Order: sequence, then C-alpha cells, then structure tokens
Amino acid sequence: MLGFYINILENLLRSGGKLAAPLWLAATGETFAERSGVINIGLEGMMLSGAFAGMAAGLFAGNPWLGLLAGIAAGIVLAALFGVLTVYFHADQIITGAGLNLLAAGLTGFLFRRIFGVTGAALTAPAFAPATVPFLSHIPLIGALFSQQPVLLYFAFCLLPIAAFILNRTPTGLAIRACGEHAAAADTAGVKVYRLRFFCVLFCGGMCGAAGAYLALAHAHTFVEGMTAGRGFIALAVVIFGRWQPVKIFFASLFFGIANALQFQFQALGSAIPYQFFLMLPYVLTLLVLVFAGAKIGAPAELARPYRRE
Amino acid sequence: MREKISLFMPALIAWFSAAAFAALLLWLSGYDVGLAFTALWRGAFGSAFALAETAVKTIPLLITGLAVAIAFRAGIWSIGAEGQFLMGALAAAALAPALAHWPAAIATLLLFLAGMLAGTLWGALAGVMKIRRHVPEVVATILLNFIALETVRYAVTGPLMEAAKQFPQTEALAPAVRLLRFFPPTRLHTGIFFALLLAAAGYLIFSRTVFGWHMQMVAANPVAARFAAIAVDRVRLWSLMLSGAVAGCGGVIELAGITYRLYQNFSPGYGYTAIAVALMAKLHPLALLGTAFLFGALENGAAAMQRQANVSAVIVYAIQGMVIIMVAVMGVLEMRKKQT
Repeated sequence: MLGFYINILENLLRSGGKLAAPLWLAATGETFAERSGVINIGLEGMMLSGAFAGMAAGLFAGNPWLGLLAGIAAGIVLAALFGVLTVYFHADQIITGAGLNLLAAGLTGFLFRRIFGVTGAALTAPAFAPATVPFLSHIPLIGALFSQQPVLLYFAFCLLPIAAFILNRTPTGLAIRACGEHAAAADTAGVKVYRLRFFCVLFCGGMCGAAGAYLALAHAHTFVEGMTAGRGFIALAVVIFGRWQPVKIFFASLFFGIANALQFQFQALGSAIPYQFFLMLPYVLTLLVLVFAGAKIGAPAELARPYRRE
Repeated sequence: MREKISLFMPALIAWFSAAAFAALLLWLSGYDVGLAFTALWRGAFGSAFALAETAVKTIPLLITGLAVAIAFRAGIWSIGAEGQFLMGALAAAALAPALAHWPAAIATLLLFLAGMLAGTLWGALAGVMKIRRHVPEVVATILLNFIALETVRYAVTGPLMEAAKQFPQTEALAPAVRLLRFFPPTRLHTGIFFALLLAAAGYLIFSRTVFGWHMQMVAANPVAARFAAIAVDRVRLWSLMLSGAVAGCGGVIELAGITYRLYQNFSPGYGYTAIAVALMAKLHPLALLGTAFLFGALENGAAAMQRQANVSAVIVYAIQGMVIIMVAVMGVLEMRKKQT
C-alpha cells in the first residue's frame, strides 16, 4: 500500500516538475524585468511566439535545439519592441504589454494557418529526448524529478543557482535591484538605468521564448493556437507568490506544476468530477494563493514606473 | 476645438499604422493585398446589409468597450470584460428556463438583472482581491476570464445542455424574451438602443457626477485623492463592479439579440477587443461610438475577407494588438508635446 502512494507521489513530482519548467523559465525572466522596475504583462504573448517559432524551426530543421534557439529569438524580438517603447519612450507598460499579447496571438495564429493550413493537428515537432541524470535519479522520491525528463528541464534546473547568484550576489544584480527600488538614485550612482532595464526586458523575452519552445517541443510536441492557455499570467502570479526571489520562485513554480499535474492524476483515476473543473483548477488555485499569500510584500518600490532622465 | 483634434489625430495615426502593418504582413505572406482589403471593405460597408451586420458587431463592442473604459477611468487595468460578459450571458441563460411562463416584460427585465448581477459579482471578486490583498487586477481579471470560460463550457455540456443533447449549447430563449430584429433580413436588433443609452449614461457619469470626478482623481493620483478625503478603495471597487455590470449586460444583449443560445465559443473575444476599443476612444464614451463601429467593421469585414480572399480572420487580433501598442506610443508623444 505504501508503495502505491509513493508511486503516485513520484508520478506527481515527475509530471509536476515537467509542467513547472516553463513557468519557472518565464517567471525568472519576469523577475529580472520586475526587479529592474519594468512590469511585463506580455509574458503570454512572448511565450506563445516562442512556442510557434520553436515548433516551426524545430520542424523545418528537424532538431529541437534549433527550435529552442528560434523560440528564444522570437521572444527577444518581441521584448525588444516592448523594451524600446516602455524603457526608452516611457510608453505605459500595462497597455503595451496587453497590446503585445493580442499582437502575438494574432500573428502566431495567422502564420500558423498560413504555413501549416487550418488543420495543422497532425504536426509532430521533434521532441527533446527524455534523459535520466545518473546519481540524482536514485535519490528516493526526489529522484523522480531527475528521471526520464526532457533534457531541457535539466538546463532549466541549472539556471536556478545562476539566476539567484547574479541577482543577489553580483554588482550587476545589485544595479538591477537598485533600478527597481530607486531609479534616480541608481542613476546618480552611475548605473545606466535605461540600458540595464532594456537588457532585463530582453532577458525576460528570451526566457519566455524558451518557455514557449519548451511547451511546444518538450511538452505538447506540436503547436496549437493559444496553447500557452494563460501560463504567462500564472507565471506573473508565480513571481508574486515567490516574492521576487529566484529560489522561492523555483518552489512556487514547482507548487503550481504539481497542482497542474494533480489534475491529470485525478482524470486518470477516473473521478466523477467533470473535467472542466480540473481545467479550471490551475486558475482557481493561482487566485487563492495570491489572495492568501497577499501580493504586496517584496515588490520592487518603483515597479511599473517609467524613469525619465532629467 | 484643440481637444477634439487631439482625440482624432492619434486614433487616425494608430489605425493607419496598424493597417500598414497588416498590409505588409499580408504582402510578405504572399496574399493579394488589394483583393483582401477590398473584401474587407465591402464586407464591412459595401451594402445596407453589410452595414447592418457591422452595427450588429458594434453592439457588444460598444458595451464591453464602455465596461473597460469605466475601469480604466479609475486607473484599474481590468482585462476582465470578457469573463464578465460571459458570466452575464450565463446567468441569463441559466435563469431563462425558469421564467418560461412569466410575462415577457418581467422575464426580460429579470434576465437583464441576473446578467448584470453576475457581471457585478465577477467584477467585485477582482475588486476585493485588489483592495484587500493587493492582487494586481490584471492577473486577477485574466484568471477570472479563464474560470468564466471553463464554467460556461461546463454549463453547456452539463446542467444547461439542450434537451435534445445533440450540441453543447443551451436551449434557445423563448421568442417572447428575444430582442426585436427591426431591420430584417439583417440581424440588427433593439440592443443597439440599449448600447447607445449605456454610452450616454457613461458620458453623464464621467462628466456630470461626483463619482466620475472621483474616478478621475483616483486614476490621476491615488495619494492625492486620499488626502482629498476620497475613499480610494471604494471608488476602485465600485468602478470594477459597475464595469462588470455593464459587461454582464452586454452578454445578455448578445444572448437575447443574436445567438439566443449560450455555447462554448459564445464570445469571439469581444472583451479583449474592447480594450482596443476603449483605449482608442481615450476612454471617452461618445468617442466609443466611433471606435466600436470601426472595430465592428473590422470584425465583420474580416469574416468576408476570410471567405473571399482566404485570409484567416485571426489577423484581426494582430491588428488590434498593433492599435493598442500605437495608442500607448501616441500617449507618450502627446505628453511630450504638452510639456514643451
């Protein structure tokens, strides 16, 4: 009996980790943008573009790694547009981000139908091969996270210490945080606020693109219109829940990933609850977490406030 | 007079750049741009029938656009019109069978009340989360949209599914509670007068009431508003609720005027298009009439473009996105002009 439950837990961890990776990638990108003072609600659009470009390039090149690169590039292109408008021209970050989401939804849908026809359902993109990490996979329970997972997932894991180190322990990280807390003071201290914010936005775009490519190449193995299904917004919530800190955000993504996996476990167990409720679960849970965790503590002081250099 | 020009020009520039962007996109992907744009134009304005159908699309866009404008006016970035629109329609569709034997006038009134109440509640949820727990309204309203969509999907495949159990849709509304289609054979219905009334009411609220003034204060500077003894949180909550009520009303009107049934894809994203509609009108209820009509024409024309030039209608979203981004850019340029 115990073995049965451990088996279920391992399954949850395995599929939860797999589902957490795109959230973690996008949320980490957003953390850098927000810590530098820019709120990017265009995550969803950037992820969607990454998914489309990743799938298309992966399919044509026959190689998921080239797909990943294309996905990152697509995210960066959109981020560059967003960054130029919001950082250099002080355009409203919320409005521009909302526009970007619609733009990406329309563009990817249009291009998808143009290139692959209306019934692109049979497309199968080349997938990241599942791999098992030699020693870590033998750890009881936690080992499930490291066995038979897409290779890309391990790269996402490796990013955690790097992102946390850069943000918390390097001069660049300090400058980024300073830009988000008090841009004018950072500027006085010699930080190039515009440039740094712009690079943080680009980094965010690249991470979102990678997250989208992950969805297309390591999860769905195809592209479906609107396939990000609100994950960009859940990632925004993950950043808040994780209090703008990479390590906490990692565990927050894992939490959401596992909650998402729970839905498939329940469905597989053949429960009598209508499946729409499971589809709703991630959104409801995100709202509940935000409500109970509160969303103010830890936010950068000058978030979403454009900086005008005098 | 200056005021009017500054309202008109940016909208014109935003539209032209979005159209140029669409033309470029079509040209690059090998379409006949002339053919596509001609089909779009004829489909939107080419005949009395086309114009009436454009007006049909204008109605939900005008109402949801007003809903967005109400929230944005108070500085609340609500993306929730879509979900409130759906919840309004859902409430009306759920209540309708119970009112089958009631007098039509009372039944209609109750349907509208139910829809507005549902929309209000959906808006209030986001509002309470915002003012009590500081949950950003952008995130809360989007998530509520997804929840509303799944609720509708559940309802039309489960408890509210038609008796024939053939399609995932509700039973059709009784003819007595449908809105009159006064310009047959087109589907133009009396909902257009409701929409115009709502826009006029919005104008009065914004320009002639204390509440409208408070909304503006809260949006411009919440800290200053607080010092001026304005209950900032209450203004935010009320504007979200009012916004929800209006969007919910829009859902009922679409249900009672056009579809008669609720189904899975009841809204083709009106609540999202509404953001572009409201922003381009600079949140002005009377300017909304113009922008809602333009976007209605775009929606209607795009369907014709898809039929005749084989250009898929999803391109409309890209155009709307461009318009929104351009409006954000124009806003900046204007601020600069004012400063110099």
